[in-house]
Amino acid sequence: MTQSMRRGLVPLWITALGTTAPMLASAQAPSAERFTDTLSFDRPQYRSTYVRRPNAPVLIKNATIMTATGQELRGASILFQDGKIVSVGDVGTPPAGAQIVDGTGKFVTPGIVDTHSHLGVYAAPGTSAEQDGNEATNPVTAEVWAEHSIWPHDPQIPLAIAGGVTVAQILPGSANLIGGRSAVVRFVPARTVQEMKFPNAPYGVKLACGENPKRVYQNRGPSTRMGNMAGYRGAFIQAEQYRLKWDKWNKDRKGDPPGRDLKMETLAGVLRGEIYVHNHCYRADEMAQMLDLATEFGFKIRSFHHGVEAYKIADLLAKAGTAASVWSDWGGFKMEAYDEILENLALITAAGARAVLHTDSPDGIQRMNQDAAKAMYAGNRAGIPVTRDQAIRWITINPAWALGIDQLTGTLEPGKMADVVLWSGDPFSVYSKAEKVWNEGWLAFDRLDKTRQYKTDFNLGQADPGVGR
Amino acid sequence: MNRTTVVILGLVASGGAPLGAQSIAITGGTVYPVSGPKIEGGTVLILNGKIVAVGKGLAVPPGAKVIDATGKWVTPGLIHSNASAGTGVAGLGGYRESSKEGDVNPSFNLASGLDPAALTVPITRTGGVTTGVISPNGNFLPGQVVVVDFAGEEAEQMVVRSPAALALELNSGSRDAGGGARAGALARLRQLFDDALEYSRRKLEYRRAATQPFAAPPAELEALLPALRGQLPVFVTANRRIDIENALKLAGQYRLKMVLSGAVEGWKIADKIAKAGVSVALEPNHDIPSFDGLGARLDNATLLRAAGVKVLIAQGDPGGERSLRYAAGNAVRNGMSWDDALRSITLWPAEAFGLSQYGSLQTGNVANVVIWSGDPFEFSSAAETVIIRGHETSLRTRENELRDRYRTLPPER
Repeated sequence: MTQSMRRGLVPLWITALGTTAPMLASAQAPSAERFTDTLSFDRPQYRSTYVRRPNAPVLIKNATIMTATGQELRGASILFQDGKIVSVGDVGTPPAGAQIVDGTGKFVTPGIVDTHSHLGVYAAPGTSAEQDGNEATNPVTAEVWAEHSIWPHDPQIPLAIAGGVTVAQILPGSANLIGGRSAVVRFVPARTVQEMKFPNAPYGVKLACGENPKRVYQNRGPSTRMGNMAGYRGAFIQAEQYRLKWDKWNKDRKGDPPGRDLKMETLAGVLRGEIYVHNHCYRADEMAQMLDLATEFGFKIRSFHHGVEAYKIADLLAKAGTAASVWSDWGGFKMEAYDEILENLALITAAGARAVLHTDSPDGIQRMNQDAAKAMYAGNRAGIPVTRDQAIRWITINPAWALGIDQLTGTLEPGKMADVVLWSGDPFSVYSKAEKVWNEGWLAFDRLDKTRQYKTDFNLGQADPGVGR
Repeated sequence: MNRTTVVILGLVASGGAPLGAQSIAITGGTVYPVSGPKIEGGTVLILNGKIVAVGKGLAVPPGAKVIDATGKWVTPGLIHSNASAGTGVAGLGGYRESSKEGDVNPSFNLASGLDPAALTVPITRTGGVTTGVISPNGNFLPGQVVVVDFAGEEAEQMVVRSPAALALELNSGSRDAGGGARAGALARLRQLFDDALEYSRRKLEYRRAATQPFAAPPAELEALLPALRGQLPVFVTANRRIDIENALKLAGQYRLKMVLSGAVEGWKIADKIAKAGVSVALEPNHDIPSFDGLGARLDNATLLRAAGVKVLIAQGDPGGERSLRYAAGNAVRNGMSWDDALRSITLWPAEAFGLSQYGSLQTGNVANVVIWSGDPFEFSSAAETVIIRGHETSLRTRENELRDRYRTLPPER
């Protein structure tokens, strides 16, 4: 495990590799001179082609600004320019040509980040032709990448944007023990997934505990929870060997390179701390098993997902430095979700662990502010103190941390990317809505201006996104 | 099951049998009777399960339990038009008992399988939902709709009205019942309706085997008759515009009382729906396009209401029926008036399903009353007291037990 991950910083390999961020089998940057004909592992791996869109500087005046850094500033201003936040609080004279937005009675928050979405891989209109989230052909499919399934014209994307979401992690489904790599994307108009990919965001890998894998594979195995554990362990034992072979070869790069294995490449990336583990895991006892698995193989679990029972082991999560991505009130729909409580986020937070509100839902992603409100008020009603700042962190900086992009976005601080939402009122009120959404400084959505509301190709000539009024 | 009459069990039939006598006076709150304007500092008097008076400055009868609602909001119990709590002991898939194999089951009635001990029942109450309209699940004619109160020791005590409607599905899922086509499903439905009417005229001949074979067994045909005689509404799920239009045509042709469910593209023909006098149960948060409704939009409820349609808010929510009030809040967020949103989860569903003593706080009505800490649609508010048929109900849930065990880690025991 790298120091950088423990500190919650963007790992060093990102900056070392610049903007392309290929997931190399090698831990080192390639040395081009050694090969006249480079091999696949030294060539760019599906790099991001996202380009920030230009926008005039924006000054929002006289708003209540929730920075997600502990402050809620009243009657305050925020200025952003060239995709970056310039200043928050007292802002001097705006630059020439700045757009001035009156924030009176309105609220400003960072753009919302969802750690758990399947937009694009389970796209609307929901035909069987679009079920691209589960490669349910083998319990371990670490070789598949969600980005190779994502349809950029999923008409659910404009609906999420209208909910104030700027960035999301798109994950494979949970049929498999190891379901494949995730992709962190910006919700912006795009022809290709490469045009959405968040530059330099680390990859994640989806692991799934419990009922789903053992149900899907019951005839060939795993068919039990112990079978699940044996499945992860077997895969990581192989990955250890693979990593050793490559690390050895990479030292001097002499002789034939070891054979490339996509499945092992992803798992070796986990062992090197380059790929973040996102683990679908409902039950407390299973999360504890997975923490032991991570100890056995020397990696960290970045976040549990669907941790319905996270409140039971929040102390263990705090100690392990593992986030818990959870819902506000979903429960009871299956046995491993039986022990859901409304105070999960509040209790995780109170125990000092990192709580994240996630959705796994094309509906939920449109109203993450509302779910944060539900969980905050439920905690407070039960006498578990949760501040408004903590609750806004559940949907901004905490998920950004889980995705390894917290140095870049997730708070309203000078120097950070201008992922900004202007709300019509308190984001914790049911009546408030995202009025304007800036994605890295670009106005991605304006409720008051139809021409600033993105339509996917699917929407054209059929139905505009039903974003309401 | 060979009876043809509409069987009304429980409370309505018995004239509001309470679960035991109790007198309650709710004083000082802002009362939203729904049937009339709000009353600041109003009093609601309850006796023997009924509301006996609502107003300002009412004398509290001696012996009444006084609940001081100063600073709080008082509303009728909420009615969820798409409930399922109680249809299985838990909310788990595979443990619900609200569907029966086959696609023509109009005689299927889930009431006798209701379990008042289901853990979802008190959870539902915590959202101020006192009453639920429970539909059977299926793709065509899944059975009968039942209305329950979320209280009582036995299934029969839960039931308010059974059947309250006949369920019918006319959407993409119903194609299989028609051999793979919407038109086939409609033709089959007409055949069933026609056969039911013919059967009712020729029962003797049928028994002598002197009729042609009918499209369904007699028990199923019998079960269609109350709807065909206009005694019972048909609760029709239809989402795409053509499905809604086909449903309205059926209503005209067979003179059916109809309530629509879903109506994702209802906004496109809001005037037509209004003219037909049909209420619409819908999900105000439904905006994801599918080929069952490409025109999904968040202001569907607002547009229907603007045309004069009575809307019943019925969001199916993964958080359970308790979230109904938030769905109403979201309808307001998308343009509906606050008063209409409250009507859509109280008075209008009561009217649509024939619950004459429900949905408003007025003298003579069943005493389903909720006291809220504030605006019921807001996340910051909570239902503090939930009265069903004149009795305060427990709001303690299994979730609370789990929460309290794990307040300190590791738990003591």
